[in-house]
Amino acid sequence: MRDPLSKTITTIKPSGIRKFFDIVSEMKDAISLGVGEPDFDTPWHIREEGIKSLEKGKTFYTSNAGLKELKVELAQYLKRRFDLTYDPSKEMFITVGGSEAIDAAMRAMLDPGDEVLIPQPSYVSYVPCAVLAHAVPVTIELKAEDEFRLTAEALEAAITDKTKLLVMPFPNNPTGAIMEQKDLEAIAEVVQKHDIFVLSDEIYSELTYTENHVSIASLPGMWERTIVINGFSKSYAMTGWRLGYACGPEAIITQMLKIHQFCIMCAPTTSQYAAVEAVKNGDADVVAMREEYNQRRRYLMHRFRQMGLECFEPFGAFYMFPCIKEFGMTSDEFATDLLNRKKVAVVPGTAFGDCGEGFIRISYAYSMEALKEALGRIEEYITELRANK
Amino acid sequence: MREKILTFIEKNSRVDLNELAVMLGVDEAAVINELAAMEKERIICGYHTLIDWDKAGVEKVTAMIEVSVTPQKGMGFDKIASGIYKYPEVNSVYLISGGFDLMVIIEGKTLREVSQFVSEKLAPHDQVLSTKTNFILKKYKDHGTVMAEPSKDERIMMA
Repeated sequence: MRDPLSKTITTIKPSGIRKFFDIVSEMKDAISLGVGEPDFDTPWHIREEGIKSLEKGKTFYTSNAGLKELKVELAQYLKRRFDLTYDPSKEMFITVGGSEAIDAAMRAMLDPGDEVLIPQPSYVSYVPCAVLAHAVPVTIELKAEDEFRLTAEALEAAITDKTKLLVMPFPNNPTGAIMEQKDLEAIAEVVQKHDIFVLSDEIYSELTYTENHVSIASLPGMWERTIVINGFSKSYAMTGWRLGYACGPEAIITQMLKIHQFCIMCAPTTSQYAAVEAVKNGDADVVAMREEYNQRRRYLMHRFRQMGLECFEPFGAFYMFPCIKEFGMTSDEFATDLLNRKKVAVVPGTAFGDCGEGFIRISYAYSMEALKEALGRIEEYITELRANK
Repeated sequence: MREKILTFIEKNSRVDLNELAVMLGVDEAAVINELAAMEKERIICGYHTLIDWDKAGVEKVTAMIEVSVTPQKGMGFDKIASGIYKYPEVNSVYLISGGFDLMVIIEGKTLREVSQFVSEKLAPHDQVLSTKTNFILKKYKDHGTVMAEPSKDERIMMA
């Protein structure tokens, strides 16, 4: 029989997180700090609007681009929160989570052989999506000494005449790093100089703890070369609703919409109705959840300092990315051993790129009780490691 | 900072103050000072515990009594309210808008004890015109807390 598979798909490695998932789910009393989704339930008033839409029989497709009402609300939201201006009828559409938007953007913008710059450590889907678009992923290593921010120098060094697109994954999963206005200005200059485009994944934009998130698309000369991706999963604790959106210049959005139309048809209708309520009346929920994440973030930072575990202070998302190099183990060894000995699951930094070696990702989308218990076990573990050295 | 402290301790007044200070990103001394000041100013009026007495196996009866009264000249409702809240069996007294004047919440050991209080102490008050006693049959949610079992984390373990 012939090989039924495409050469492209067989080159893609499965996500490194899955391996741990299989071990953890078999283990009793394990505490997982491995989850990348909010621990909060979707606020009730949002869920209720989803339920009401079902009761009213709103169970049909929406238009390909999504409910007009939702797009209008989103345009206002983006203006008031991030000073971004998009025409809801031409410059945005609703997707099945941010993930679909990443895929659609890459397929709409890349030709075979085009190079995509992907700063790492970062979310697991950029490289596979670039490969599926037959482009060439080129990773840029983000460094702890730069607070895991992308620098103009690192960007400049990675650009070739084949470079077409830069992925900007900030606030960042897994490091929690953010990019401030001044950092983005330096990046914008290089991007414009080399005439490349930006895919800005801003899914964690509501989860920044020192200052408001700045979108690179709001900088002069950047709107026309940036696709902004965002969604409801992290800001409104709506992961399971699978809802995101993409915004950008009409020329790009129109082509992305074709992919969406033929692959997806439209985002889930119930989710879209619930999302209207989220954008209209969800600001207070966002503030309350952010405050609680921030309290946990400060607590974890404090505990890591007490333990003497090296960790840069993250100002965004809900992850910490402590360094475990002092123990002379790989991230994978450390995470496996910690799980086996203390039943605490964390994700090895290498799941987010080779340069994540020497780090682990700890999610604080957990109750304080769970965090305290888990941190206690981690402290025991590293104390034992240090004693046995 | 006061609002943040209050918002936190309203849900968990037993928090370790050092931990609270860490979580709020302030000095422990500042938290201690603010708490003391707010206690003194009667912003913080007490630290109570939310108990599911049913589960503890202790019989308790709670009633919400709607009371209509004649307000007194120059005193409004305050005098009659204080006449009612002085009884130790009375848990809460609220002045209410709508169909009646005061909502009185009382807790007793038995139905009989509560009825006795209403008929012998509350109703005979000069200013009390009428009472309507509503017994609580089941507490589903109290002080923002659902009394049933805590919800389970149903997220997949790694993602």
